[in-house]
Amino acid sequence: MAMILSLTLNGRQRTDLVPDNLLLVEYLRDMAGLIGTKRGCDGGECGTCTVLVDGVPRHACLTLAARCGGRHVETIEGIGSPGRLSRLQRAFHEKLGTQCGFCTPGMIMAAEALLRRNPNPEEAQIRAALSGNLCRCTGYVKIIESVQAAAGDAP
Amino acid sequence: MSLLPSFELIRAASLAEVAAARRLHADCRLLAGGTDLIANLRHGLGGPAALVDITGLPGMQEIAAEPAGIRIGAGVTLSRLADDPLIRRHFPALAEAAATVAGPTHRASATLGGNLCLDTRCVFYNQSDWWRQSNDFCLKYRGTVCHVAPTGNRCHAAYSGDTAPVLLVLGAQAELGDADGTRRIALNELFREDGAAHLALGAEEMLLSVRLPIEPRLAAGYEKARLRGAIDFPLAGVAVSLRRRDGALDGLRIALTGTNSRPLLLSGCEALIGGPCDAEALRQISKLVQKQVSPMRTTIVPAHYRRRVAAALACRLAARLFSSPATA
Ligand SMILES: Cc1cc2nc3c(=O)[nH]c(=O)nc-3n(C[C@H](O)[C@H](O)[C@H](O)COP(=O)(O)OP(=O)(O)OC[C@H]3O[C@@H](n4cnc5c(N)ncnc54)[C@H](O)[C@@H]3O)c2cc1C
Ligand code: SF4
Ligand code: FES
Ligand code: FES
Repeated sequence: MAMILSLTLNGRQRTDLVPDNLLLVEYLRDMAGLIGTKRGCDGGECGTCTVLVDGVPRHACLTLAARCGGRHVETIEGIGSPGRLSRLQRAFHEKLGTQCGFCTPGMIMAAEALLRRNPNPEEAQIRAALSGNLCRCTGYVKIIESVQAAAGDAP
Repeated sequence: MSLLPSFELIRAASLAEVAAARRLHADCRLLAGGTDLIANLRHGLGGPAALVDITGLPGMQEIAAEPAGIRIGAGVTLSRLADDPLIRRHFPALAEAAATVAGPTHRASATLGGNLCLDTRCVFYNQSDWWRQSNDFCLKYRGTVCHVAPTGNRCHAAYSGDTAPVLLVLGAQAELGDADGTRRIALNELFREDGAAHLALGAEEMLLSVRLPIEPRLAAGYEKARLRGAIDFPLAGVAVSLRRRDGALDGLRIALTGTNSRPLLLSGCEALIGGPCDAEALRQISKLVQKQVSPMRTTIVPAHYRRRVAAALACRLAARLFSSPATA
């Protein structure tokens, strides 16, 4: 079965015919061509597929695209723009919060939701907000420093 | 190729629509937050013809104060449960238990109903399709032998929900419903000691809500042992509720998760009422726990560790609650 899905993707209205069993991560990567959202595990374990649905972090790999009708979906492509990084992107770049970069889209989306909710988070709050996002490279210290730097930065 | 098997997604707006969908499709699964179901379907655990989205049913998202207590709709998310002022005031242990489930992103969509009804878990089951196929599958799904207890004829997969033990020690009732109406049972009666069929729901029934009585001076808590502190299912989880009167125990309930195919409400606690919660009482609690739990080789951690850690957590929690001001 398939259905007509209308949603707002990174600020733009879109309508597509999607199969009922299509995951949001497949919709984003394969139908919308937004390959910034990564797929790192068999489902729900790693957090690299994190996107925002109505401003709240969601695993795109556990979410059916068909359930996102009428919602605002934001991916890493909707944060900043080419040549003009967001404060989190800039901070991850400058503070070495990103190494191989595979976890980075998910880290930035989870951190983005946190900073919108709480512009001056304590370290423990940053750790809690990112606790579902795995990174094999950085050891997390640089990621937390990056979010702290971004929080201190003007938007 | 799609990551999920093909199915029809049906949005139900009433119990009659849930029933109609279930009659139309013999193999039909209820979808709430999907953090358990979708992950399992991706592992090839089940190939339902239809998923019924139940999050739009009336009353599912409500937390409401009633004369005798509080009613929590089965569709309330765990992040809301952890933050809700009414829950935090009357049942802080439930808020704490909800906050230990998975990670923050899971909790934003995971529901209380999905947490209570989540599938049982086992190292031979929560694996990819090819992993299980190379192992001839297992009794719980598509196979004939249980690799945990090969001579037996039942599945021992572990119930691993974090909120059930707290709800049990708080005396929760479950409201179940189908197209013909609703009924209330003690939450304890929702579960069965069978890893392949651990829920005692009728063919067309679902969980609608949970009701908690407000009992004055009752102190409750939840602790879980897990491998990874940030996100992990409980190897063993223990909830305790108790009251103290004149230095003695006046009410004591203990419930466990992760150790059996159902959440386990410990029996025999009445014997300790009227006495102090001293070293001897804690020894008795430890004995009761170790005798009644039956962890099997369903996790990568040995079963005897889970038995001992369950007992240790129960004693630690009982001692802490007995000396807490809330009970006095
Ligand atoms: C990485 C990871 C870590 C996790 N860690 C934990 C953990 O530490 N502790 C824990 O408890 N869980 C954990 N989970 C499992 C899961 O996220 C939670 O149990 C969650 O609460 C499930 O709720 P849901 O709404 O997403 O359920 P769903 O996936 O929508 O449903 C789960 C099951 O319950 C059934 N169901 C749902 N609602 C109802 C209802 N109202 N009536 C009848 N049946 C119903 C569904 O048909 C399905 O079989 C984890 C999951 C992942 C992916
Ligand atoms: S306990 Fe046995 S039957 Fe049940 S899931 Fe594990 S191996 Fe399979
Ligand atoms: S891809 Fe790993 S959590 Fe979604
Ligand atoms: S930078 Fe490589 S996984 Fe995080």
